[in-house]
Amino acid sequence: MSLAQNSENYSRRTLVVLMEDRPGVLSNVANLFRRRNYNIESLTVGHSETPDISRMTVVVYASDAVLEQVTKQLYKLINVTKVIDITDDDAVIRELALIRVHAVSTNRAEIKQLVDIFRAQIIDVAHDSMTIEITGTEDKVDSLVEILRPFGIKELTRTGRVAMVRGALQAGGRR
Amino acid sequence: MRMNGAQIIWECLVREGVDTVFGITGGKVIPLYHELPAFPIHHITMRHEQAAAHAADGYARATGKVGVCVATSGPGATNLVTGIANAQMDSSPIVAITGQVSSSDLGTDSFQEVDITGITMPVTKHNYLITNVTELAQAIREAFHIARTGHPGAVLIDVTVDAQMGQTEFVYPDEVNLPGYRPHTAGSPRQIAQAADMINQARRPLIMAGRGVIVANAGQELTALAEKAGIPVTTTLLGKSAIAESNPLYLGMGGMHGEGYTNLALQAADLIINIGARFDDRFTSSAHTFAPKAKVIHVDIDPAEIAKRIRVDLPIVGDALNVLRQLVPLVEPVDRSAWIEMIEDWRGETRDRSQQWEDSDELVPQYIVRSLSDITQGQAIMVSDVGQNQMWEAQYYVHNRFRGLISSGGLGTMGFGLPASIGVQAGCPGAPVWVIAGDGGLQMTIQELATIRQEGLPIKIALLNNGYLGMVRQWQELFYDRNYCGTPLLGPDFVRLAEAYGITGISVKTREEVVPALERAASIDGPVLIDFQIEQEHNVFPIVPVGRAIDDMIRRPHPNEQPR
Repeated sequence: MSLAQNSENYSRRTLVVLMEDRPGVLSNVANLFRRRNYNIESLTVGHSETPDISRMTVVVYASDAVLEQVTKQLYKLINVTKVIDITDDDAVIRELALIRVHAVSTNRAEIKQLVDIFRAQIIDVAHDSMTIEITGTEDKVDSLVEILRPFGIKELTRTGRVAMVRGALQAGGRR
Repeated sequence: MRMNGAQIIWECLVREGVDTVFGITGGKVIPLYHELPAFPIHHITMRHEQAAAHAADGYARATGKVGVCVATSGPGATNLVTGIANAQMDSSPIVAITGQVSSSDLGTDSFQEVDITGITMPVTKHNYLITNVTELAQAIREAFHIARTGHPGAVLIDVTVDAQMGQTEFVYPDEVNLPGYRPHTAGSPRQIAQAADMINQARRPLIMAGRGVIVANAGQELTALAEKAGIPVTTTLLGKSAIAESNPLYLGMGGMHGEGYTNLALQAADLIINIGARFDDRFTSSAHTFAPKAKVIHVDIDPAEIAKRIRVDLPIVGDALNVLRQLVPLVEPVDRSAWIEMIEDWRGETRDRSQQWEDSDELVPQYIVRSLSDITQGQAIMVSDVGQNQMWEAQYYVHNRFRGLISSGGLGTMGFGLPASIGVQAGCPGAPVWVIAGDGGLQMTIQELATIRQEGLPIKIALLNNGYLGMVRQWQELFYDRNYCGTPLLGPDFVRLAEAYGITGISVKTREEVVPALERAASIDGPVLIDFQIEQEHNVFPIVPVGRAIDDMIRRPHPNEQPR
């Protein structure tokens, strides 16, 4: 009868959460994940296409049973209006990263070449460093980070995953 | 009409039907209290804010209305937290109003400032920080709506002192607009029809009723379902009194301290019909061992409660009253005499074990509770504390009054009983209200004797005094080598203490004194405390040790066995 027993199939799930843009709602969601012991991998939040509605993308490491609870518990938050699991949907998933890498005159050209291969951009150059902006899937960002690591990464920031279902339908539009 | 924030708060409360609030004033609610005398609301001044929250909770459970408590900022607000968490855990609708420092001082660690919305976020259904008087009326309207609808719970509104004093044109909002909050109350007719099919085909069905039945005022419908289909009923602790307990179909409470025959029936059932209970671990014990032969129907207003701990074959999301009203006409009378006989055999054996006091003259708590049950004919509103006293009450009082048991289930808050009884009696002025408490729990909130005296509430307190934190002592005896670390209590003279508060005190040390003392207390038109100095090391049986299946319990000794 136990639910915990048939919940071995843990994997990364992507949820899109729509919520009223009220004070405290972000900490409410974060708090929920903490106190119910759910495993968040990333969480991003910003405005949606509707005024006063924020859109959050959450990546959670969960089984089917846990994901069901996560979804239901999110719905219990008064200001949450919609929760959509897009893990199995055909979705565009992107992450943005800013990477400041150690660069001097002797290796700038080499770094520039790598950046071009990844279709990333150099957005700032200083006398001993360059700052690179990359947008892409998390794998692509991981790869560039690893390639650049030998040069010496001085600073790195990643946004976490944002996602949108492909095509004309809004996320969850067919539900 | 132009009003200040304080006036708006009271006006909104009046419009929400509030007649009584429980609170303590303080620096940041002086403006609020300043306006109170002009409104038809009775304020009960408690002696601790935790007690104010428990009283609001007790009021809500006894009346079905929203209970309201008020406290000042800082320590006043933090003192509420236990009571708020207690109400939220047991789905009791309360609204807590706290004062807050001026909006210009927020975040500066000013005197008596605390982030109470942050602190209470995990223990409320929702909360508000109001810094502008123009937002007040809408927030209060929403707060009451959220507290009382759907899965009821606690809502806190933190109001800065400048919002209390600010002026605005008062408009009472006609409706609430909460796009993210739409409780499903109807119950799907298709699933209800499916439930009826499962019930009609079941040979060994069992109804498990929880507090959801009481919240929904569905006691009659529950009884109708049981009687029409001939299905025995067990309840959780908080489901007690959902069905009259003298009904032959009532099996008593199940779970950790459930009756032996009840737990055996749960494990033998082929269908469990859970109405408004959440399959709490104190009821099911370890989830994978629970009701192994049964299909499960789970009726709950909160989708998140379904399939949270126990696998469910048929979920029905809806209000218990709506679901039962649709379900009862669809079930058929089925002859289940073999099943009933099986249970009655087990019940007879339990009965032999459960009246052990007949063989001795010890002052045992079971005899006290059963005598009280007889004297009050099961019609008192019982308010129990937490621990052994709570379990003896649940096992031996025969609740025949709907909403007749008020107890802290989910949080298990010692000290709940006495302050909760203040809310119960305030909400039900004519009703006999009895507190059952131990000496440990009573001393956690004993200052509320002063509130009882000041309000002239005729509450009767049956103190089961064993000089221990008894439930923990019992666990130490059974599972921790009798290492009574931290459990012995040297108490005060409770009779003299009661008298110091202006309350009649009665001391009972022997079996013969029990019934006269209870009768005398019941006849006194005022508060009474009876100090029953019971057997010190008396245990609650049955008990299911942690991790075992619910039929793998330590039972009361059988009369034919040597006592333990």
